[in-house]
Amino acid sequence: MSKVLVIAEHDGDQLNGSTARAVACASELGLDAVDVAVLAADGAVVADQAASLTGVSTVVLVQNPANEHAVAALLAPQIEALASDYSHVFAPSTTFGKDLMPRVAAHLGVPQISDIMRVESATVFDRPVYAGNAVVTVEAAEGIVIGTVRTASYAAVGQEGSASIETRELSVELPSHTRYVGLQTSGGSDRPDLQAAAKVVSGGRGVGSEENFSVIYKLADKLGAGVGASRAAVDAGFIPNDHQVGQTGKIIAPELYMAFGISGAIQHLAGIKDAGTIVAVNKDADAPIFEVADYGLVGDLFEVIDELEKAL
Amino acid sequence: MKILVGVKRVVDYNVRIQVKADGSGVATDGVKMSMNPFDEIAVEEALRIKEAGKADEVIAVTIGPKVCQEQLRTALAMGADRAIHVETDDDIQPLTGARILKALADKEEPKIVLLGKQAIDDDNNQTAQMLGALSHWPQATFASEVNIEGESAVVTREIDAGLEQLSVDLPAVISVDLRLNEPRYVKLPDIMKAKRKPIETITLGDLNVDAAASVKVLKTSTPAKRQAGIKVESVDELVTVLKEKGLI
Ligand SMILES: Cc1cc2nc3c(=O)[nH]c(=O)nc-3n(C[C@@H](O)[C@H](O)[C@H](O)COP(=O)(O)OP(=O)(O)OC[C@H]3O[C@@H](n4cnc5c(N)ncnc54)[C@H](O)[C@@H]3O)c2cc1C
Ligand SMILES: Cc1cc2nc3c(=O)[nH]c(=O)nc-3n(C[C@H](O)[C@H](O)[C@H](O)COP(=O)(O)OP(=O)(O)OC[C@H]3O[C@@H](n4cnc5c(N)ncnc54)[C@H](O)[C@@H]3O)c2cc1C
Repeated sequence: MSKVLVIAEHDGDQLNGSTARAVACASELGLDAVDVAVLAADGAVVADQAASLTGVSTVVLVQNPANEHAVAALLAPQIEALASDYSHVFAPSTTFGKDLMPRVAAHLGVPQISDIMRVESATVFDRPVYAGNAVVTVEAAEGIVIGTVRTASYAAVGQEGSASIETRELSVELPSHTRYVGLQTSGGSDRPDLQAAAKVVSGGRGVGSEENFSVIYKLADKLGAGVGASRAAVDAGFIPNDHQVGQTGKIIAPELYMAFGISGAIQHLAGIKDAGTIVAVNKDADAPIFEVADYGLVGDLFEVIDELEKAL
Repeated sequence: MKILVGVKRVVDYNVRIQVKADGSGVATDGVKMSMNPFDEIAVEEALRIKEAGKADEVIAVTIGPKVCQEQLRTALAMGADRAIHVETDDDIQPLTGARILKALADKEEPKIVLLGKQAIDDDNNQTAQMLGALSHWPQATFASEVNIEGESAVVTREIDAGLEQLSVDLPAVISVDLRLNEPRYVKLPDIMKAKRKPIETITLGDLNVDAAASVKVLKTSTPAKRQAGIKVESVDELVTVLKEKGLI
């Protein structure tokens, strides 16, 4: 039997939407089963959510106080122990999966396929390189296939599943060399999560300051959109890092992406290649963002947003 | 205390790369090459740790063909004390790269290995984590702040949810993110001085490292291009088209 194990991303209460996208990719492998592993301190609720994902056969629940926070050095040995039953182990290519999976792969002595964007067969995949400006078709090495899934390439599976939940006790020794200290989120708002949002309003250096960013937030709230930013805007301190879109930030695929005061550097465009409709507002008619925008408007972003608010 | 820093030669981030017509890869002939931008940040951080009196020596390492010494010279000009060139003409994938770095770490016994979070050519984002696994060391990836406190380090990590802090015992592998620091510019006298700094050249054989199983690249292609759309003349026109598409 060949089976794939998808490592669930969650925060202890809530399954992260990236998991359902990774399951969608795993389902395309054509294997005998798609299982999901939930590693948590207290994971019953998350396991239930995972069990409802369409196409999942079994949810493997591993509970250990050490799993309260997702620390790669602690999770990796547990996943290695689970991996022996599987031909493939996948995780979303979010910072969670990126941090974790290479550690698993190296312990198992196999290479990893990062950012799978298309499944050609159970061992042949497409993945982007050079900020998405080229795509390589790669064949996995012999043995277990370890991969991360470019979540923007897959729509989440539905919630019509009813997988069984199997609790596993693992007797693996966990290292004590890594300790979780804390997390600061910019959260506290009920704005949709950038990676799951159907609409995203994004600001760049052209927005000019942290105070000015309030116009971006306001428009986003009016549209029920998530808020994104270019690296330049984050570097300048206009907005926290978890809003950065691009090659080295978040790769997103909203139905509508609205870029205000963003020039359109290749590193930024790498993050929005799969967006449905791109709208760009920039005062420079030659800004490269217009080369990819479905609808471009040359003008001052503040005036445009002002008018937009009135028109909506 | 020593710090080992990875320095990878990559196509400069400003280059608009071209996929070769026969699908065999990306054209690199005559293209500007540079140090991976993340590695510049790693070198800078190592130097700052040394300048703060928390390290004695910064060693830059590259794995690749002879020309990679250009990037080692840049690292030396920035202020690294010495450099190691693991010379090979083979394509070194992350697992093999991590084995090589582990062999070097066993030999040099650094307390910290600083690597880029990803190389901007292959975008794998794997090497640091794999080195952590092979060495049984802690890893702190995507670092935006590093504080060395005696035998441990507190690292702030840029993750999807925000900023996370981890405390790791040394030795540890740290992979760096963009906002950790702004790398210094090298000045001409530093480039001259760097010419006299030592680069040790060794082979995979010297290190007793075998290449790991590798991912086979079957072909390289150009991704589907987004079609440029239209320019609208007014906000009203924009609102109309977006409404027609049911987007607002
Ligand atoms: C002609 C050619 C053919 C290639 N063919 C293949 C192929 O068939 N399959 C394939 O997977 N790759 C291929 N590659 C790319 C391969 O050699 C990558 O360099 C390797 O996979 C490492 O990936 P990465 O740099 O994305 O690693 P990452 O994990 O993204 O690198 C992170 C960090 O690790 C360190 N690091 C990585 N590599 C080095 C290095 N060489 N020296 C010093 N530090 C380093 C750096 O600090 C870097 O910032 C090819 C490259 C070339 C030029
Ligand atoms: C290794 C590496 C990784 C990177 N990763 C990323 C990444 O993940 N994401 C990312 O975004 N960038 C990334 N970058 C940075 C990228 O190269 C660009 O520097 C960055 O995207 C520029 O941001 P920007 O468009 O906001 O700023 P700029 O390029 O400065 O553009 C600002 C734009 O605003 C316009 N403007 C100014 N005022 C107004 C106004 N009042 N009304 C309308 N328009 C106005 C200007 O015409 C201009 O086009 C990376 C760079 C490197 C080297």
